[in-house]
Amino acid sequence: MKGRQVARPDNMSGDDTAGGPRDSQQAPLLVAPGEDLGDSGEYSAGHGVVAMNGRLRAVKQGRKNTQDGTVSVEPRRTAYVPRPSDLVIGYIEGCTSNIWFIDIGAPFNAILPMSLGPSKAEFGGIRKVLDIGDAILCRVQEVEENHSSVVTMKGMGLRAIRSGTVEEIDPHLLGRLIGRGGNNLRQLKEETECRLIAGDNGRVWIDGEVTGMVEARAKLNDLLMEAKVAEYGGVA
Amino acid sequence: MGGYGDVRCIDENGIRLDGRTVGEIRPISIEVGVVPVADGSARMRWGLNDVIAAVYGPMEAHPRKIQRQDRAVLDVRYNMAPFSTTDRIRPGFNRRSREISKVTAEALESVVLTELYPRSKIRVEIEIICAEAGTRCAGITAASVALAHAGIPMSDMVVSVASGKVHDIVVCDLNKEEDNYGEADLPMGILPNSGELVFLQMDGDLSPEQFQEAWDYNMGAVSVIHEHMVAALKGGEA
Repeated sequence: MKGRQVARPDNMSGDDTAGGPRDSQQAPLLVAPGEDLGDSGEYSAGHGVVAMNGRLRAVKQGRKNTQDGTVSVEPRRTAYVPRPSDLVIGYIEGCTSNIWFIDIGAPFNAILPMSLGPSKAEFGGIRKVLDIGDAILCRVQEVEENHSSVVTMKGMGLRAIRSGTVEEIDPHLLGRLIGRGGNNLRQLKEETECRLIAGDNGRVWIDGEVTGMVEARAKLNDLLMEAKVAEYGGVA
Repeated sequence: MGGYGDVRCIDENGIRLDGRTVGEIRPISIEVGVVPVADGSARMRWGLNDVIAAVYGPMEAHPRKIQRQDRAVLDVRYNMAPFSTTDRIRPGFNRRSREISKVTAEALESVVLTELYPRSKIRVEIEIICAEAGTRCAGITAASVALAHAGIPMSDMVVSVASGKVHDIVVCDLNKEEDNYGEADLPMGILPNSGELVFLQMDGDLSPEQFQEAWDYNMGAVSVIHEHMVAALKGGEA
């Protein structure tokens, strides 16, 4: 960085903080976009990292991981990217005579053809079955090369959501919610006496008595705060 | 940018009206996560400027005509609140806010890896709560932090700062009086890690030497502002 040094109001120095590889002993090691993560000759670039001009640079804010000669950044927040067979909770955002457009929280809307929707839908009358704003539990059937995805409601347990509430969490925190072998989620269900279904897109359907739902939402928030503290030192 | 009247913004010792020297920037503080419903957000206080930036997406781009088959589009909206200045601002878009929204989007598009999300849209809302000169720079800087906070992949963050000329003296980071009574203003957007320039505007006249001096002030201020941005994202103090 060329140019003259500018005095700060508190007379501190203006050292460049992104000058080179950081001390790996610090935990958790958070990085910001553009931060230098070392020489690309020593390590290969993993998720959230790009090699530019012989150096590795973070492209996301998150936690730096170095494993098996690969440097990656575990992002603090991610957009959901659909994959075939994902169970997701979506909202109807629009429709034509025979297709619903579904917001599944991804960068691109999914489509639900009438043939894959609830069996009672008829051509031209699909809004009588699922209207704009309705929530549905569905499964990703297909993701095309151009990122368009198709979801289906044909399958066990897939349905329109008519009761309860839908909460949203970051998709990468689902593992913490579900726990090893589904233990955390099972425990949460037992404690709150609610039906909980966690979609792969980070939306969680909570259904039960009002007191149980309130308790489940509070516990969900607690769990997320714990995750933030554990992973990112409490950064919002 | 007028140079009218006999207002003196700098004394003979080079001290400005707010007590700063010519190369000093105003105090900065940045916090993230101020808009819980947004995917990413940041609030920047820069002198008396108070700016909130919120990022939503990436999401499906509507209307469809704005979609690009090979990349995402940045939908930036810069707005000054009616109460942000001493004179009430008429609510809604105007020529100035359209221009600033456009240059902000272009500056940010140079760092956001838009090719990862073709046909989608990233919405960036910049709201000026309190204005004291340099709001476009504060807006771009706050939007950069908000984008990083939202987890949008970026090759770097954009740091924006302005220097200008007041009574034929080049000063860094103009305040309101200097902006009103000064002769020139040079806002720049710079990538702190590579030193690349992604945004440059100039209002008024600067000689080549004065331009170089203003350029150097801006380049020097970038590392200080970048420290604050990184510290905010990491949850610490700069």
